[in-house]
Amino acid sequence: MTRVYDLAVIGAGPAGVAGALEASLAGLDVVVIDAAPRPGGQYHRHLPDSFHALRPGALHHGLERFMRQWEALRSRAEILLGHRVWAVERTGGDAAGGTAGATVTVRCLAGDREERPRAVRARALLIATGAHDRPLPFPGWDLPGVLTAGGAQALLKGSLVVAGRRVVVSGTGPFLLPVAAGLARAGADVRGVYEAGGRFGLARHPLLAAGKAAEAAGYAAVLARHRVPYRGRHAVVAAHGEDTLTHVTVARLDADWRPVATRTVECDTLACGYGFVPQLELPVQLGCATRRDADGTPVVAVDAGRRTSVPGVYAAGETTGVGGAELAEAEGRLAGRTVAADRGLRVPPLPALARRVDRLAAFARALHEAYPVRPGWRDWLRDDTLVCRCEEVPLSAVREARRLGATDARSVKLLARPGMGWCQGRMCGYAVACLAGEDPAAPRRPIAQPVRLGDLAGLEHPLRKDDRDDP
Amino acid sequence: MPDVVVIGAGVVGAACAHYAARAGLDVVVLDRGPVAGGTTGAGEGNVLVSDKEPGPELDLAVLSAGLWRELAGLGGFEYEPKGGLVVAEDDEVLAALTALAAGQGVEHTVVDAGRLTDYEPHLAPGFAGGVFYPQDAQVQPMLAAATLLREGGRGAGRGTLSLRTGVTVTGFLRDGERVTGVRTDRGDIPAGAVVNAAGTWGGEVAALAGVHLPILPRRGFILVTEPLDEPLVLHKVYTAAYVTNVASDSAGLETSAVVEGTPSGPVLIGASRERVGFDRTVSIPVLERLARQAVELFPALAARRVIRAYCGFRPYCPDHLPVIGEDPRAPGLYHACGHEGAGIGLAPATGHLIAQALTGARPGLDLDPFRPDRFDPDRSGTGTPAKEG
Repeated sequence: MTRVYDLAVIGAGPAGVAGALEASLAGLDVVVIDAAPRPGGQYHRHLPDSFHALRPGALHHGLERFMRQWEALRSRAEILLGHRVWAVERTGGDAAGGTAGATVTVRCLAGDREERPRAVRARALLIATGAHDRPLPFPGWDLPGVLTAGGAQALLKGSLVVAGRRVVVSGTGPFLLPVAAGLARAGADVRGVYEAGGRFGLARHPLLAAGKAAEAAGYAAVLARHRVPYRGRHAVVAAHGEDTLTHVTVARLDADWRPVATRTVECDTLACGYGFVPQLELPVQLGCATRRDADGTPVVAVDAGRRTSVPGVYAAGETTGVGGAELAEAEGRLAGRTVAADRGLRVPPLPALARRVDRLAAFARALHEAYPVRPGWRDWLRDDTLVCRCEEVPLSAVREARRLGATDARSVKLLARPGMGWCQGRMCGYAVACLAGEDPAAPRRPIAQPVRLGDLAGLEHPLRKDDRDDP
Repeated sequence: MPDVVVIGAGVVGAACAHYAARAGLDVVVLDRGPVAGGTTGAGEGNVLVSDKEPGPELDLAVLSAGLWRELAGLGGFEYEPKGGLVVAEDDEVLAALTALAAGQGVEHTVVDAGRLTDYEPHLAPGFAGGVFYPQDAQVQPMLAAATLLREGGRGAGRGTLSLRTGVTVTGFLRDGERVTGVRTDRGDIPAGAVVNAAGTWGGEVAALAGVHLPILPRRGFILVTEPLDEPLVLHKVYTAAYVTNVASDSAGLETSAVVEGTPSGPVLIGASRERVGFDRTVSIPVLERLARQAVELFPALAARRVIRAYCGFRPYCPDHLPVIGEDPRAPGLYHACGHEGAGIGLAPATGHLIAQALTGARPGLDLDPFRPDRFDPDRSGTGTPAKEG
């Protein structure tokens, strides 16, 4: 018999680990699955081992806490790192709400080069798959040297690579600050932080208004010490270079983000980020209801206990609304406790935790409202600007598709191919939806990760008989 | 007032509008969504004569294959006359396949087991032989539909063709029994005639006019691989089981892999068939079966990655024939829907025949097997009997 866990948690970031720990402390048999070789998710994974040792304190107080939870979890739960989930299925039970006998099968690919398929079964599922970067296209964004903000964080893992680089950070949202501070601390020459949205300087950064004074002051102190200029209502609107990035055009923007005046800044690295896109393909596969977050982004709809619309399936962290690591962790804890209670275990109520989630969620909403993406970014594009880098689709092709009668992102994709390539629209989906004149829809990706036909066919692994026989 | 309102901007509606405008009629095409947003946007782009049994659908397919060749001259969409290779698992199937090909009377070559790899170097060993159909082709269906719409009204002596997306038809204007236009959420549009090209939703549109068309969704999944550097699959390749599945009446799941390469590099793998309503929930067992059958045809595919899968809903009629022609129960309303999985292939012939009917010309094919009232119990006694499953 294949083992059936009480709870499978997808994602070993702040939400997943906290949820898994609560559930296993309550007595559930838990398995945690993550694609990366290390735990931490987008938020903690990219901090280098040395970072914390160099500068303990406000900048990354969360990391120590996370590592304590991780250590506690490791002795209590099954951990499957390096497992990429390509599909989840729910079998048995009934859609009307009965959970008795229902199980979820998580289909993963384990390993890197020598990947092998593996199916994990559980009676409940917690989706904590987080979010990925949301870039906006602009001329030259396909040049080597142009990174997403999250990609730049990843660079920090080897600070030798970063030291000496001339870096520009641009985009919108509070994430730019830790990126810029981290790069500066690691020895990069940060030529400027250009925040498209914020009209105010660092002194009136919205983080301060939301009781995050210590965190914001920490970033500000690092930027000040390294003499990094911070400019609101500015953004990089073009990147230049022959084979690799040599300089960028920085524009002062009007309230709608249309360039008002430009100048040139020399740099060899550009880190760009315009917020995050929650990774929804797994909840969408399961048929979980979604809703629109404050900024129009589709997120998983959950109740106060983090239950999705599908019985036995829970969600926490950025998939239910981008709000940062602290909120994710609190939501994860709440979810883990709800799963345990729903499975009949005695879990004492913790009203303070629910209040904490509410408070942090209100803060996240305020940040979303403080950092909207404004429509003027479309003016940064030229006819030949690639909207989709995988399939090399220029803006002109998107416009031609609209002339031909494409009125939404899907039909633009069908006529002009943006989003058809390797990343399956993860990078360009937001921009294509905007250019098609609609709010981005929840992604429909029946195959969440590339999977070899041989593995899908079950040829190399004569399929696990138990996995096929539904209870 | 337009001469014709076409409901549906899929490939069939686009072809009807295209040929009607070419015949000098002023045409307005309406769609509640975008161009090619329904089943056209979820297909493979099959233009097949090989999978049709002798009869009215094959006649339609042969006419259509020729028209696609001509329409390819418009440019704007990929058209690949790559040919189709049907392979047989054993001698018995090969004999049946060869007999079918002889009866079809279309251009074909019987291929011995030893010659199969001349056509498809990566084909798995062990097949008994096959039949090659040079007329089988592939179009990029979404761009084809969009191009037919764009080009229909261009040229001297033609009518106008305008596309209005985001318009939902809510009813029909009537003068007695006669249909004299459509009601939409954006106002009424009187017209000389109305063409129902709503595909899988054609039955719902017909119901707005008070007439019954038994069109049901038959779901199909398609797998798309990563782009391949070297073409691994040169033609459309499928096993003889596909022909049986296409003609089957079963509501249950049937799969038979149809494998082909595309100019942009990925390999497309169809085709599953199941009647489960408009349910889009992913079925891993279906994807698994398609993958297994594809690898059985081309073992080298085992190491290639699937990066995408999607599903669509074929407009299924109980006798597997489309509905083409004026509805005697609602004069002025013409139907062009219910093509099941062959809508891309059959679109030009359908549009051509509809345009002939609209202009009072003598149709190039006998429309009786496709007539809209053939499913009514009191009218089913005449004409061609329903095709055998």
